[in-house]
Amino acid sequence: MTRLIATQVSRRSVLGAGLATAGVLAMPSILRAQDKSLKVGVYGGYFKKSFDEHVFPDFTKATGIAVESVAEPTGEAWLVQLEQAAKAGQAPADLSMMSQTSTLKGQSTELWTPLDTSKFKHYGDLLPRFINKYPDGRVAGIGAVAWWITLVSNTDVYKEAPTSWAAFWDKANEDKLGLLALASNSFLLEVTAKTFMGGTNALDTEEGLNKAFEKLAEVKPNVRLWYRDEAQFEQALKSGEIPMGQYYHDVTGLAIADGFHVRTTFPKEGGIQDSGNWVLSRASTKVDEAHAFIDYMSQPSMQGVMSRKVGTTPTLKKEVLDLTPAEFASVSSEIEPIIPRYDLYTSKADWINQKWTELIVG
Amino acid sequence: MRREAPKSFADYTPLLFPGVMLVVFFVVPFSTMIAVSFFKRNPAGFYTPDFVIDNYARFLTTFFAGVLGFSLMLAVLVAVCCVSIAFPFTYLLTKRSRRVQTLWLVGLLSVLSLSEVIIGFAWSTLFSQTAGITNLFVALGLMDKPVALLPTFGAVLAGMIYQALPYTILVLYPALVRLDPTLLEAARTLGASPVKAFFNVVTPALRNTIVATLIMVFVFALGSYLLPQILGRPRHWTLSVLITDQAIYQSNMPFAAAMAVFLVLISLALVGLTLLVGRRENAL
Repeated sequence: MTRLIATQVSRRSVLGAGLATAGVLAMPSILRAQDKSLKVGVYGGYFKKSFDEHVFPDFTKATGIAVESVAEPTGEAWLVQLEQAAKAGQAPADLSMMSQTSTLKGQSTELWTPLDTSKFKHYGDLLPRFINKYPDGRVAGIGAVAWWITLVSNTDVYKEAPTSWAAFWDKANEDKLGLLALASNSFLLEVTAKTFMGGTNALDTEEGLNKAFEKLAEVKPNVRLWYRDEAQFEQALKSGEIPMGQYYHDVTGLAIADGFHVRTTFPKEGGIQDSGNWVLSRASTKVDEAHAFIDYMSQPSMQGVMSRKVGTTPTLKKEVLDLTPAEFASVSSEIEPIIPRYDLYTSKADWINQKWTELIVG
Repeated sequence: MRREAPKSFADYTPLLFPGVMLVVFFVVPFSTMIAVSFFKRNPAGFYTPDFVIDNYARFLTTFFAGVLGFSLMLAVLVAVCCVSIAFPFTYLLTKRSRRVQTLWLVGLLSVLSLSEVIIGFAWSTLFSQTAGITNLFVALGLMDKPVALLPTFGAVLAGMIYQALPYTILVLYPALVRLDPTLLEAARTLGASPVKAFFNVVTPALRNTIVATLIMVFVFALGSYLLPQILGRPRHWTLSVLITDQAIYQSNMPFAAAMAVFLVLISLALVGLTLLVGRRENAL
């Protein structure tokens, strides 16, 4: 037994030494990267694939910090997991992409380590709406990426592109739509308010919200799928099974590039602009590495790479970016966006959720 | 063989391991859930330890009663369908040669290796308009044009029966294999047809097994939350879907826990009722 262990150890160390030598000769950056590492949570699917391909390898090359990417689910699932894990002193990911509502919710338990903005060279160039602060002014999250939810359709079924969100209410589209299943990720109340009630300010009062719910109820007969999982709708949209709906502009753009017969349209009322922050779990010990990563991601050149390769909207001022007007237009639109009312999903969360569930299930 | 009643503490030691497992993996998590169901929900964040009954109060509405009723109905239907398909099937299977039986059982076991996600997406493709089985019917001249068979109640039911059937067969199999063949021979000698013997002798002899299997499939089907989402419309969503929504998407753990406790209590009550009725009938 003793002999066996001894042999194993020596063999492993020989192997290790061999690998190390090969590493020094071939890829010095990877070897250095072993000392410093960072677990980064990004939305699974296309997003993670794009980050693994276009972002993480270059970051490791530039800083020597190895990145392990973790696929995180959208919605609040990841927030719940991070919170539960942090209570046990664990961090399934050090840095995560986190939606605005989830960032606000995480603030209430101090889930996010406040960030030292002096370490970000381009902090001053960030658009103010991409800096998420605790009530006392400490920075909880820095804009990671911004994206659009637009009106998508299958080009085989719809030869003409729809021009307005009102297409969802068109009786001709009975049983043809795929919409997100939750109030807080579909932002359909905001869409209703902008399309029929003059703007999202109409949702300030409970009366306005009730009106929006009533109007939204008219969409129900047209909806074939209320989806929680992106893959469920994407597949059906590509095949034409469910030919219209709301979906992410970037992912649809990537599907178009892959040759699928789909299109994404900015309706005349505006696309929905949502965004995610980089947030650092309080259970993480990789504070320096996390700051280095956010700093790296907030460079104008990286924001340009993201726009070109992943199709997301930059979080920095337009002036500092290296995007051509055509490139900028492909990830954004001149039409005024619909900005979600994140405040509603923390202040009136349960009331809205209950009304919403009764609306679609009942 | 006479079984000695356990006398000393040492005689109970074999129970220690399952006992500990039960405490660690059932009693502790379930107690935590009950505790959380009374915690106070903070809509802007998570929850704080407290003792409030708001979470239960919110559940007591006709809306949730409707969803609960649908979930129970669906689970009962899945259980009844599974057992009525699996019982005759398993009975016939036990009459085949050893080799045939092994092949079938291995096939059924391999179905168990599929996850709910794979089953859901496979059935959604099978039932789709663009790539589904109706295209095959059109090619065979049985239909004019392909149609979508989902989202429908039938699709949900089919998916859930498919998922639960292997378990049903594997639970029924040991009892049917061990069934005393002389019972059947006696029935046949006395002039019963094979069908009559099956219904009048085999089925009553295995009454308790059938009831136990029904309960197992019922409980299994009650927890399903993915298939109703993939194959059904929102009105086919089970209570488990809404529990997931609260726990995962609304981070409202107290309400999710309250709903889960309610679901467990109702299903325990139903199981208890079934056993009670069974015992009374046996006594007659």
